[in-house]
Amino acid sequence: MVYLTRKIEFSASHLYHNPDFSAEENRRIFGKCNNPNGHGHNYVLEVTVGGDPDPTTGMVLDLKQLKEILEREVMDRMDHRFLNYEVAELAGQIPTCENIAATIWRLLDPQIEAQLGRGHLTRVRLWETSDLYVDCYGEDPTRGNGGMR
Amino acid sequence: MKLELTRRYTFSASHRLHSNHLAEAENQRIYGKCNNPFGHGHNYVVEVSVTGAVDAATGMIANLSDLDAYVAREVLEPFDHTYLNKDVAAFREVVPTTENLCIEIFERLKKFPGARLARIRLEETGRNSFEYAGESMGAKHE
Repeated sequence: MVYLTRKIEFSASHLYHNPDFSAEENRRIFGKCNNPNGHGHNYVLEVTVGGDPDPTTGMVLDLKQLKEILEREVMDRMDHRFLNYEVAELAGQIPTCENIAATIWRLLDPQIEAQLGRGHLTRVRLWETSDLYVDCYGEDPTRGNGGMR
Repeated sequence: MKLELTRRYTFSASHRLHSNHLAEAENQRIYGKCNNPFGHGHNYVVEVSVTGAVDAATGMIANLSDLDAYVAREVLEPFDHTYLNKDVAAFREVVPTTENLCIEIFERLKKFPGARLARIRLEETGRNSFEYAGESMGAKHE
């Protein structure tokens, strides 16, 4: 098994607010992230695909295809957007790093599975700032995260 | 969805690698420069990884301000700007190698009530790091 990782960066704004909480609870639980006008981050996304290289091409997955998938599914959808209001897949969720990483996994997994390569999505790592990131490994316990983290 | 949240913290401390169970010459041979009797220091980077279900109401595995406060109280405040060998009771007898420091940090944080501690990764310098996931290490991402 070989793991291939591609990194992209996108910039977006968000805010944390649960309409079921009182204004006071929202401020207490979410702190500065509850600012009603939102705030932004430069997100760094590392997408890892694991698999055995194809004996003919020597590739786990064609990087051009992966680049196109990331462009279409992540950049076009999230870059320079307000995540709460402009990304349908996040509607009704608090756009925390956890929820964004899980959403990106759900967007990328079927697209990567549809490619001809032998690679499967193995890890989505989303950096919100340089001191915070979330790793998503999906739901399938057989999906090769045993050898990597 | 298996998710793991990692937060990076820094603290600065000095230490000396010296075992009371070894002769002077042995200490010097094994630990080299790190055996300097006056100690020396590092800017440590600690990565704390926690895992668990995402709370639907908050979208979080753990509230970061709770995690930050817990790590500050249990690790950063007692370790930052200290001489580990003398100022931290756990290292009066145990050699404060980064391996042992990594285990000590794991032990101090494993009772964090907000989520399950998955792993500690400790960078001593930008060129070496150590990881500890408790006794179950090796059965990662179970």
